[in-house]
Amino acid sequence: MNLTYFLSILVFSPLLGILVLSFLPKTQESLIKTVGFLATIPALVLALIAYFQYRAGAGLEQLNEKVSWIQFGDSGQMGNLFSIDYELGLDGFSLIMVVLTAVISTLAAIASIHIKKEWKGYFMLFLLLEVGMLGVFAAENLILFFIFFEITLIPTFFLIGKWGYFEKENAAYSFLIYNGLGSAVLLIVIMVLFARTGTANIDALMAAMNADNPQLVAPISENMKMGLLIALLIAFGVKLPIFPLHSWMVKVHVQAPPSIVMLHAGVLLKIGAFGLIRFGMGIFPEQFQSLAVWLAVLGVVNLLYGAFLAFVQTDFKMVLAYSSISHMGIVLIGLGALNEAGIQGAIFQVVSHGLIAALLFFLVSVFYERVQTSNIQNLGGLAKGMPITAGFLLAGAMASLGLPGMSGFVSEFMAFLGLFKEMPILAAVGAIGIIMTAVYLLRAVLGITYGKALRDFAGVTDMRKFEFVPVLVLVGLIVLIGVYPSVLSEPLTSTLETIMLGIGG
Amino acid sequence: MDLETLLSYEWGIMTPEFIILGVATALSLMDLFMPKSQSRKILGWVGFAGVLAALVSLLGLIGHGPESILLDTFRLDSFAKAFKLLLLIGSAMVLLIATGYEPNEGLEEFRGEFFYLFMAALLGAMIMSSSGDLITLFVGLELLSISSYILAGMRKRNLHSNESAMKYVINGSIATAITLFGMSYVYGLTGTTNLKEMAGFLTSVYNEQHIYLLGLAFFMIVVGLSFKLAAAPFHMWAPDVYQGAPTPVTAFLSVVSKTAGFIIMIRILFSIFANAPSGDAQGLPMILALQDYVAFLAGATMIIGNLIALRQRNIKRLFAYSSIAQAGYLLVVIASMSLFMFDTLWFYLGAYLFMNLGAFAIIQHVTHKSGSEDISQFAGLYRRAPFLAIAMAIFLLSLAGIPGTAGFIGKLNIFMGALVPSEGHYVLVSIMIATTVVSYFYYFGVMVQMFFRPAGDTGKVKIPAALTAVIGISLAATILFGVAPNIAFDFLQGNFNQFTDFFQ
Repeated sequence: MNLTYFLSILVFSPLLGILVLSFLPKTQESLIKTVGFLATIPALVLALIAYFQYRAGAGLEQLNEKVSWIQFGDSGQMGNLFSIDYELGLDGFSLIMVVLTAVISTLAAIASIHIKKEWKGYFMLFLLLEVGMLGVFAAENLILFFIFFEITLIPTFFLIGKWGYFEKENAAYSFLIYNGLGSAVLLIVIMVLFARTGTANIDALMAAMNADNPQLVAPISENMKMGLLIALLIAFGVKLPIFPLHSWMVKVHVQAPPSIVMLHAGVLLKIGAFGLIRFGMGIFPEQFQSLAVWLAVLGVVNLLYGAFLAFVQTDFKMVLAYSSISHMGIVLIGLGALNEAGIQGAIFQVVSHGLIAALLFFLVSVFYERVQTSNIQNLGGLAKGMPITAGFLLAGAMASLGLPGMSGFVSEFMAFLGLFKEMPILAAVGAIGIIMTAVYLLRAVLGITYGKALRDFAGVTDMRKFEFVPVLVLVGLIVLIGVYPSVLSEPLTSTLETIMLGIGG
Repeated sequence: MDLETLLSYEWGIMTPEFIILGVATALSLMDLFMPKSQSRKILGWVGFAGVLAALVSLLGLIGHGPESILLDTFRLDSFAKAFKLLLLIGSAMVLLIATGYEPNEGLEEFRGEFFYLFMAALLGAMIMSSSGDLITLFVGLELLSISSYILAGMRKRNLHSNESAMKYVINGSIATAITLFGMSYVYGLTGTTNLKEMAGFLTSVYNEQHIYLLGLAFFMIVVGLSFKLAAAPFHMWAPDVYQGAPTPVTAFLSVVSKTAGFIIMIRILFSIFANAPSGDAQGLPMILALQDYVAFLAGATMIIGNLIALRQRNIKRLFAYSSIAQAGYLLVVIASMSLFMFDTLWFYLGAYLFMNLGAFAIIQHVTHKSGSEDISQFAGLYRRAPFLAIAMAIFLLSLAGIPGTAGFIGKLNIFMGALVPSEGHYVLVSIMIATTVVSYFYYFGVMVQMFFRPAGDTGKVKIPAALTAVIGISLAATILFGVAPNIAFDFLQGNFNQFTDFFQ
């Protein structure tokens, strides 16, 4: 098998779908939906091949690609400095993220069946968004990372603003401005690093920043490193989101179409965590260590803040939005712990929450489609009308609150294990959040399934055939990770080793 | 000067200028002798052919070494060649836009004038890029300015157009006077108008009073020239003039005239002040000592342009503020004075040329039928003309600096240049990035109109062939230089050798 362009094909395969779609007439609804769905398949298949090959012992280095792309200044004079290559590559962590992206994209494409208008434009943007997401995780240098990062921004803006609910444009603008500022800060960091070291390659940067006598174009002082790391924290903090920067994300969760929220909560938010781990820890390990306590504190704040606010919401989508904030707190807690268990817990939480959030939002789209509401009170008694949906909702909630045997448990357990080792008091405070999670999720889900019925669910049909696919796949994966965590932990071993080596653990 | 010396000059290096001059003359004669009833559109095509011919002759000169004739007043160096290329490409596209221009009250009787004045303006800009002397620089500047004043008032029966010409001429004269005053100090100090001789003379200025005068001259020249760039402090004319002037003229002012402004700025500042002492203890040259002043202007321009653009409803005024903001980004290049300066400036001006002209072609097409220039004219454009809407979206994304477009690579280049010096311009870069995010608001505002709003006018839009060509070329270039910018960089490296002959 020729692997030279494997990753490029993987990342850009959705473009093929865009091309086919552009030749289809606007009115062919079912054809457009089928093409849109099929276009996500190649990336999924390739990602799974890469995953199983890696599990079978094949190295990921053979997938690396490198083509020289931009050369600033005179190449004779500059040598390798100030050149940007088109370079893709994977390690265990990014491989898992690529698989996650591909899986959720395919499932979200199925969920897009509920989209009501202008399917052609919708799927073209949807597929472009997928290219951006896949590229973010496969990029081997910062500039390329940034380019893919921005490519996710534009389609998301349109997808929210055009296909969302009542306050969609407000939500789209809020998304654009927060994320625009976040990526602006990120761009400053990237450009400072690039201008001062002459390279944007992540591995080269890691080496250059941690060498004793680095060869730099212009000096980078210790204070500047700290400043850059804080800037990174803000940039990815918007994405994650970290507590004071979260308001846009609640709007998006409520206003965007559920299929897009699946991608958004499932993958886009995770770019924040990915960036923090990959760049924050990788490039600035020393500075990261001195900020670790604050990260853990921010994590606990996120966890509790999200949990308390989720408790008082009346709209189920709002509950899920604040629950996402709360769960991202666990990622920060794990990172703040700075030991192997903590970081592993954080990465597990990234994947696990991606799957759970996708599942819950898919279920939201299933019942919203039928009863046109996501208000908890109005949904009361759903178990009578839609027993299967209600059952899966309960399963999703159990996974989310960390029931043993499901993925949420593994990640929360490890993250807290890590933090208890380092900062027991903080961890004890954080543990309140875990209890709160159970309280608000059960309140919401029980209110929906068994609450007093305010309406008659007589004519409402339960889940149809194709709707089972995403639900079963997601529940299956959640349970698989719950009972057999090594599907994740084994590919992560080498990445974790590298990180631990960097922070001197 | 006797005939022999005159003949000994290598006139060949002026071929592009001669062609433009010849075409301008021919156009005015044709306009004079053509029967009144005949359409003047043909003149536009003659002009277009002339610009193409000049472009070809310029390409023929690209391999030519640096050469200077007429007592060092006209020079052909890499800088002149590279930037004339931009001027000619920009002008050719503006001419194409102009042939499709049909304002409500009619332009037929003045259309001929439009084309030959346009050629005269272009000639002025080209002379500026090749000048080695303050006199020729100034003559070029005036030729460009005076032609532009008339062009802005071309719609003689339109109130806005008249207002625009009036404002333009008054503001322009003040700015020119300030520039000239600044130049007079330098002349007074050195006793010559030749840039090279000046530079040589100024290296040996040590008198503190003289250095002070020189600094004053620097300030005045920069302030005066900021008018042509539409940068602070002389940006206030732009919105009114852009709004009132005929759309092709607006396109010309925002692209070709602005490029010419940067050309003269670089010529004067870097020829005269690069070697002049600043009088401080470390022996910094004046241009580096006064870097912060240019940086301040750049920052102010970016902030003013982007913030005021937020409140605009008129699309041409919006683009006026957008073009002010873009001038601010370009001033960052000059303020950072890195080793990438010429490359960056050239690339960004090139990218800006394509994205802005493409956008103006669409603006003209969407607005001139209805006569209204409110951004609601763009409502539902995606339904009416999907190609136009998508093309416009790409131009706007490029102006906003989103990856995948030439505008992004240009901005990347600017950031890099500003951060490479060991005293990086962090504040300036932060302002630039922050104001870029602000610009998302108004650029995306137009997109919201095109994609989210229902169409008011549901009629299908038919696009003239010339406009389609402009939009197509701009679109291709915007994407091509965004995806494979090395095409442009290789061309630059291969032909202009880092612009090292600028200082020779």
